[in-house]
Amino acid sequence: MSGGVDSAVAAARAVDAGYDVTGVHLALARNPQTYRSGARGCCTLEDARDARRAADVIGIPFYVWDLADRFHEDVVDDFVAEYAAGRTPNPCVRCNEKIKFAAVLDRAMALGFDAVVTGHHARLDGQGRLRRSVDAGKDQSYVLAVLTAEQLRHSMFPLGDTTKAGVREEAARRGLAVADKPDSHDICFIADGDTQGWLRERLGSAPGEIVDAATGEVLGQHDGAYGFTVGQRKGLRIDRPAPDGRPRYVLSITPVSNTVTVGPAEALEVSTVYGQRPLWTGEPRVRAEIQLRAHGEVIPASVTASADGLVAALDRPVRGVAAGQAMVAYQPDPDGDIVLGSATISHAERLATAA
Amino acid sequence: MAYLDHAATTPMLPQAVEAYVSAAAEVGNASSLHAAGRCARRKVEESRELIAAVLGARPSEVIFTGGGTESDNLAVKGIFWARRSADPARTRVIASSVEHHAVLDSVQWLEAHEGATVSWLPVDADGRVRVDALRAELDAHADEVALISVMWANNEVGTLQPVTELTALAAEYGIPYHSDAIQAVGQVPIDFAGSGVAALTVTGHKLGGPVGMGALLLGRDVAATPLLHGGGQERDVRSGTLDVPGIVAFATAMETSVKAQPEYALRVGALRDDLVNRVLEAVPDAIFNGHPTERLAGNAHFSFPGCEGDALLLLLDAAGIACSTGSACSAGVAQPSHVLLAMCADDDRARSSLRFSLGHTSTKADIDELVAALPGAVERARRAGMNRPGAR
Ligand SMILES: Cc1ncc(COP(=O)(O)O)c(C=O)c1O
Repeated sequence: MSGGVDSAVAAARAVDAGYDVTGVHLALARNPQTYRSGARGCCTLEDARDARRAADVIGIPFYVWDLADRFHEDVVDDFVAEYAAGRTPNPCVRCNEKIKFAAVLDRAMALGFDAVVTGHHARLDGQGRLRRSVDAGKDQSYVLAVLTAEQLRHSMFPLGDTTKAGVREEAARRGLAVADKPDSHDICFIADGDTQGWLRERLGSAPGEIVDAATGEVLGQHDGAYGFTVGQRKGLRIDRPAPDGRPRYVLSITPVSNTVTVGPAEALEVSTVYGQRPLWTGEPRVRAEIQLRAHGEVIPASVTASADGLVAALDRPVRGVAAGQAMVAYQPDPDGDIVLGSATISHAERLATAA
Repeated sequence: MAYLDHAATTPMLPQAVEAYVSAAAEVGNASSLHAAGRCARRKVEESRELIAAVLGARPSEVIFTGGGTESDNLAVKGIFWARRSADPARTRVIASSVEHHAVLDSVQWLEAHEGATVSWLPVDADGRVRVDALRAELDAHADEVALISVMWANNEVGTLQPVTELTALAAEYGIPYHSDAIQAVGQVPIDFAGSGVAALTVTGHKLGGPVGMGALLLGRDVAATPLLHGGGQERDVRSGTLDVPGIVAFATAMETSVKAQPEYALRVGALRDDLVNRVLEAVPDAIFNGHPTERLAGNAHFSFPGCEGDALLLLLDAAGIACSTGSACSAGVAQPSHVLLAMCADDDRARSSLRFSLGHTSTKADIDELVAALPGAVERARRAGMNRPGAR
C-alpha cells in the first residue's frame, strides 16, 4: 500500500472478495526525507501514514517493510549503471521485477501468504494472462510485462476492470481519505524530478563530444553522455545550426568513446527493434502490437521470438527508440489486449529487415 | 487475544479510571483563587503527597509533567543547563548506552546543539552498566561532569541497573544522578530519598494510570532550567495548567501499584518464569536476553536465531498475540535495537529479538496462547529469513 488511492482500493476489494488481507507499505528510501512525496514509489513518512490510515479504514493489519537496501541495489544502482552504459532504464519495470513481485512476494509466501495484491491498472484473466486495463490511459500492463508466469500466478490486480475515475469514486464511497490524492509520474527516488542533475551527482562530470552522424564533424561538447536520451532534441547546446536549418536529435550514445551522435529527425526512425532477456508466451512468429515505452503508441509488427531475444519488424517506422526500455508485445483483444511477452530493447535498425 | 506488551502500555486500573472520570466531571483550574480552584488544587496536592509518600520523596519534590518523555527531557537538559550556568566547565554528560530514546536523544541533542561532551557507559552482556566504567569516567573528568543519567531498569531487556553502586559513586563526587524509573515503578521497590538519586522519571501509563501524565521527582536542592515557560505552576520548573483528572488518576494508580508491588513481583515473576521455560522448550535455540535474575518481573526478552523480529511480530499478531520488537521506529521501520547492540549482540541477534512483557492483567492463558502459536510462527519466519542489508 503506497499511500495512494489505487492500492487502497485494491486492498479493500481483496477483502471484499473474501481474502485474509494484510497491508504492507514498502519503505524504499534509506532516508525517508529524501524521496518525493506522493510518488508511486511510495517512500515518504506522509505516504506511510496515508497507507496506515487506509488500512485502518479497511480494517486490516498494517506493517511497514523495510526494503530500502534491496531497492537501492536492484533499482537505484541499476538505474545509474544503465544510464552510465548509454541506455535509458525504466525503474518501475525494474521495481516490479525485483522488488514488488520478487523480494516482497518471496517474503510474503514464506510467511504464509498466497499472493501479492497491488493497485496496478491491469487485468489477469482466468488463464493467468496479463491484459490491459479497461482504462487505456492508465493502463500499467507495460510495466508488469516483465513478470513471469510464476510471478503472475501469485499476483492479483483487482482494479483492471475499472477506470481511474471509477477507482477514485469508489475510494470516496469507501471513506478512504486518499480518494483525491494526486497521481505522480515521476521517479520516486529523484526528489526534485531533475534526473539529469541527480545523475550528474552520482556519475560526475565526463566531458565528451557531440558528433554529427552524417559527417562525423564535432559539433559541440557535453558534460556526460548519460545526460542524453535517444530522441532528445532540447539541451544539446550546439552553437552552429545544421546546414539545412532543421533541428537535430540525439541518435545514439556511445559510452565507450563518451560520444553523443546527433542527426536529423528521419535518422531517428527505426523499423526493426531487437530485445534481450525475453519473456514469451505466444507462438514463435506472430503478428502483434508493439509498445516501446510507458504510455507510448502501439505499432503493428511481425514478431519473432527465440530463447535469447525478440525481434519486432514494425509495419511503419517509429522515432526515438531507446535501448534499456521494455518492448512489450500485445495481441489485440476486445476484453483487454493480451500481453504476449516482453524484452529489454538492446538496439534498433533503420532499414526494415525481413522478419 | 493475548496482550503481552505491558511494557509499552498497560491497561488503566479500574480505580484510576474511576478517579479520572469523577475528577473530570468537575470544573476548576488548580491555579484559580476561588472555591472551585481551591478544590482542584486540593486534589492536586493530595495526589502529590500520595505519590511522594509511596516513592519516599517530599511532596515538593514531585513535579507533574506531560509524561515520561517530558520528564526525561527536563531532567537531562534542565539539569545540564543549570549546572553549566553555575560552572561553565561542566559540559559533560555521562549516560548509559542502553537508555530509552527520551534520554538518549536528549543527550545527543545536547551534544549536537549545546556543546556537550558525552561519555556513554558500556554495559555487560546482560545489559548491566559497568560500575568500573563510571568510576573511570569520574576519575578522569569529575570536574567537567554536569550530570549522570542511568535508567533504573531497561525497557527492552528488563535488566535492573546497579543503582546503589552507581549512585554511591555519584555521591562521592557530588554529581547529580538522574534515573529513568518508568519501567521500574510498581515492579521493584523504589525509595527516592534512600536511593541517593537527584532526579527520577516516572510516568502514568506503565503502571495503570493515564497516558500523557508523568512526573519528575527532583531533589529540593537540585536546580533545573525549565523547558516550558509560562505560569510557573510546578516549582517554576514546569509551566502549564495542571491536569487535575490526570493527576488524580496517576496518583491512584501509583499508590495501588506500588502497594501491590511485593505480591505483583511474586505472581507476575512466576508467570514470567513459566513463559521463559515454555518458550525455551518450544523453541530450544531461542536466546533469553538480559540478566537472568536482576530483571523486571514482567519482562521476557528473546532472540530467535534466523528469524526477523518484525516477521515474527506480524505472524503472532495475526494469531492474536501482541508483543513488541522493542526497537525504535522511523516510519514504522525497525532499526536493530541499540540496547541489544550495546550488549555486544550482533546485528542478526538484535534484529531477531522479541519482547514479551506481562502485567497486572496477565494470566496463564496468555502464555498458553503464546506457546501454542510460537513454534509455527518461528518456522515461517525462519523460512522468510533475515531481511538484513544485502541479504538475498
Ligand atoms: C524507559 C522509558 N523511558 C521513557 C518512556 C517514555 O515515556 P512516555 O511514554 O510517558 O513519554 C518509556 C515508555 O514509553 C520508557 O519505557
